Amino acid sequence: MSAGTRGPGAGSGEALHRLSIRQLAEGLRARRFSSRELAQHFLQRIEAHDKTLNSFVTVTAERALAQAAAADARLAQGAGGPLTGIPIAQKDIFCTQGVKTSCGSRMLDSFVAPYDATIVRKLHAEAGAVMLGKCNMDEFAMGSSNETSWYGPVRNPWDLERVPGGSSGGSVAAVAAGLAPAATATDTGGSIRQPAALTGLTGIKPTYGRVSRYGMVAFASSLDQAGVVAHSAEDAAYVLQAMAGFDPLDSTSVDRPVDDYCAALDRPIEGLRIGLPKEYFAAGLDPACRAAIETAIGQFERLGARICEIRLPHAPLSVPTYYVVAPAEASSNLARYDGVRYGHRADGAKTLEELYKKSRGEGFGAEVQRRIMIGTYVLSHGYYDAYYLKAQKVRRLIYDDFKHAFETVDLVVGPTAQNVAFKLGDKLDDPVAMYLNDIYTIAANLAGIPALSIPCGFVNGLPVGLQLMGNFFDEARLLNAAHQYQLATDWHLRRPHGFE
Amino acid sequence: MSLSPEQVQKIAHLARLELKPEQEGAYARQLSDILEMVGALARADTERIAPMAHPLDMVQRLRADVVTDPVGAEGRAAFQAIAPAVQDGLYLVPKVIE
Amino acid sequence: MVSSEAKTGLKAPDAEWAEKWEAVIGLEVHVQLLTRSKIFSGASTAYGAAPNTQASAIDLGLPGVLPVLNGEALRMAVMFGLAIDAHIAPRCVFARKHYFYPDLPKGYQISQYELPIVSQGHLDIEVEGQARRIGITRAHLEEDAGKSLHEGFGDQTGIDLNRAGTPLLEIVSEPDLRSPAEAVAYLKKLHQLVVYLGICDGNMQEGSFRCDANVSVRRKGEHKFGTRTETKNVNSFRFVEKAIAYEIERQIEVLESGGAVVQETRLFDPDRGETRAMRSKEEAMDYRYFPDPDLLPVVCTQEYIEGIRRQLPELPEAKKARFMDHYGLPAYDAGVLTAERALADYYEAVVESSGADPKLCANWVITDLLGGLNKLGCELAASPVSAGALAGLLKRIVDKTVSGKLAKEVFEAMLAGEGSADQIIAARGLVQITDEAAIVAAIEAVMAKNPSQLAEYRAGKDKLFGFFVGQVMKATQGKANPEAVNKLLKEKLAPP
Repeated sequence: MSAGTRGPGAGSGEALHRLSIRQLAEGLRARRFSSRELAQHFLQRIEAHDKTLNSFVTVTAERALAQAAAADARLAQGAGGPLTGIPIAQKDIFCTQGVKTSCGSRMLDSFVAPYDATIVRKLHAEAGAVMLGKCNMDEFAMGSSNETSWYGPVRNPWDLERVPGGSSGGSVAAVAAGLAPAATATDTGGSIRQPAALTGLTGIKPTYGRVSRYGMVAFASSLDQAGVVAHSAEDAAYVLQAMAGFDPLDSTSVDRPVDDYCAALDRPIEGLRIGLPKEYFAAGLDPACRAAIETAIGQFERLGARICEIRLPHAPLSVPTYYVVAPAEASSNLARYDGVRYGHRADGAKTLEELYKKSRGEGFGAEVQRRIMIGTYVLSHGYYDAYYLKAQKVRRLIYDDFKHAFETVDLVVGPTAQNVAFKLGDKLDDPVAMYLNDIYTIAANLAGIPALSIPCGFVNGLPVGLQLMGNFFDEARLLNAAHQYQLATDWHLRRPHGFE
Repeated sequence: MSLSPEQVQKIAHLARLELKPEQEGAYARQLSDILEMVGALARADTERIAPMAHPLDMVQRLRADVVTDPVGAEGRAAFQAIAPAVQDGLYLVPKVIE
Repeated sequence: MVSSEAKTGLKAPDAEWAEKWEAVIGLEVHVQLLTRSKIFSGASTAYGAAPNTQASAIDLGLPGVLPVLNGEALRMAVMFGLAIDAHIAPRCVFARKHYFYPDLPKGYQISQYELPIVSQGHLDIEVEGQARRIGITRAHLEEDAGKSLHEGFGDQTGIDLNRAGTPLLEIVSEPDLRSPAEAVAYLKKLHQLVVYLGICDGNMQEGSFRCDANVSVRRKGEHKFGTRTETKNVNSFRFVEKAIAYEIERQIEVLESGGAVVQETRLFDPDRGETRAMRSKEEAMDYRYFPDPDLLPVVCTQEYIEGIRRQLPELPEAKKARFMDHYGLPAYDAGVLTAERALADYYEAVVESSGADPKLCANWVITDLLGGLNKLGCELAASPVSAGALAGLLKRIVDKTVSGKLAKEVFEAMLAGEGSADQIIAARGLVQITDEAAIVAAIEAVMAKNPSQLAEYRAGKDKLFGFFVGQVMKATQGKANPEAVNKLLKEKLAPP
């Protein structure tokens, strides 16, 4: 199976979904097309393809057209910024006022958000982007395959029998299939990077605290971060620029100026020090994927980077640490879902206890219930010290590993996932096997450092992702390195068959 | 660390989750597997390590004591438009006897 | 300074059980802090709004919302800690306390657990002349829950979340109290303090100051603590006293009849004067505390704490001592005047504004003002006579415009809203007669009208002096200046 056709056309109406965000912005300003036309183009593609992919829970066609009209008016006055009039999709974890916000769950199937998340406000009301719809996702962001959604699994555009990864499966499927130029996503243990890797996209999780969490339905508060998936580092830079920044509504938001990610893209990376963690190249990494990763690293060397081996000795404890901390925080964050003020409410409950148990038993799927139970257990009396407290200590060890590494290197590079996309249904019976999908991505969440994944090759026609991790608030350098790689390669330009 | 179905029932109760009886066995197995996996933590030497609750070395920012969100009747209407059961502006639940 | 006897209770309570048994009481008081907005959201904390019209997205626990700490709530907590001589944590942490109840929207309460803002303080109380130091283990910040309304919704309960998110300071005493009387003394002292500090309005009916009592008993001489119960729903000092007294006796009865005290939560029934166990099955609650990941550690620097210390208002003891010293007032007067800060402020304004003798001012405030307000059933805050207005009246006594006796009449009229002192004096023609010639004229007229009493007086019946004073006052409609009358009457009545 060939790895998709390559190369975009220049701004032709038919291939609008092949243009980069920069090209789209230029096209809008040059009046080669309008925002309204852009919106219609993507809405039509969604109409044509999404029954197959199931990447959207809600398509907001009317809103999109209204926002596009407003953008066109702004552009006509010579006003607006880089994202004005650009269509994007929102992961259905971000509250969007007046629009259903489901988190892929029956629990919130009836929840129409009464307010906008901060990043939604920043992207649309402020930056003028156009919202195409809300993307499908693993329920409450818990999953690595987008198979736990109440709205059914999402399919990988590269192979419809395979998963797109998770939890941001809808976001990546939509972008990879050209149904949206970019989509927001969230990453708690790898939920941006792993699906980006499995669908040949660029996905970035910023430093913890860089992007506001207000209005982002919480899964694991000390790990969650909002980010973006797009076709390239340059595209991602545009969107992240508009999303990032201090928010007084979020106590964990950092009051620190946002770097100019776009301006930093073009810096040469001669002398960039890259560390390869020995622990990330051990058994478990598929040999063919490993080969693609090593080729990519060779490419960085040719661009002037200096490669060395580093150690992250506590990396093997990432998954156990995560699967204590994240479920603990999740069990707490999901305690509010009780059918009283919003969301799913069971019928016929005669007592309060029945109301809670039935509403929650019906509203949450199996994976969410498992994690709530693990979380409840590890926080419970008698187990807190051995599990939660212990995990938070190991977390510091993992954080210290990175601190130490960044004393000698600028970036830590390795695989994003152990293998390419697996078949739907493959890992549903074995939660632990599913959890190991995040083996390389989790550490960055635990430490709070920024990380991204970029496509670096194909194995059996399926995309392979390369992960770059950076020091705190070093998003600019990450995007810069990724961009330079993408100038020298074309993996990121490939499109899946049938979605060209 | 192996969990019995009874332990699962207790946890489910603490978390207010109604499990289908046929699920309990499967959950017990799966949760036991997960706990087995996270048991690896016990091997780490964390003798003198302080727990890390946040990646950031920040302290809590304080907010000025100002009413920035008056809510009011209009606000309430917007919130209660999505509520499953309300009456006279109050949320309804099955009666709780103290 | 505090003897061990004082700590364990030198004088046993008067109750029957006190010979064989000892009561051990600890109190948990939830104080609603007087911030304008909620502890973690920008909604209003004003009392009495229509249901759920002050419940913001954050208070409702909507998906995606996040808490941000109200700096004023922190400041008030630190003020309290300083006022009770406690340790202020340089770093404290908010923790989530989990339980499911409809008035707790998030399914957890944001509270403090291992690292509270305040710890190891104390409050000195006095019971029947005996001083006791009561330890305060800790005080921590947390958010209040909403309210459940069980009546009026058929087989349902209505939930109002206006109160959810109101800042609370939970103040936990050491189990140092040994009798219902001590418990009440402690509560009253605590109540006075938080109102004095301006951090709480102290309104127990509205739920601003709520008390739970932990009570256990043990045989005298026993060192181990007995099993304790927690009694909730006591919202007045009287009820606290009754509830604790009842609970002590109940527990003793149980133990004396060979039973065991069950650790449980009980409610006080004010109609019956009894406590009863809550009907819901009481399982040991596992709150699954852990540090709230949406909030960061709160750091209080020395600078910050000292800044608050400098702003601390004068506390009751210090104020009382100052009143005694500066105004020369006796302990009783100083005590009454400083019981409430508002009254103390009122008094000082009267003194300052009138320039009158502080003892005179004290008498007027304590007797006339408080007595008058009491009769009207009126709070000081709603007094028809302001400090300035009362000062105006006292000025007229000092400058002898009106006599002390007539001033009382003026004051009654002021209380009734008839106007200022000057207005009333003018309207009723109460200006005092100080002109000696006029008084002499009145005296001479009285002397002329009462020749036999005059003769008797001059013959030695000194008692008749009062008669003549009375007659002169009658003749002058009470307006003659009493001192002048006395002086001139003495002169004129003396044998020529």
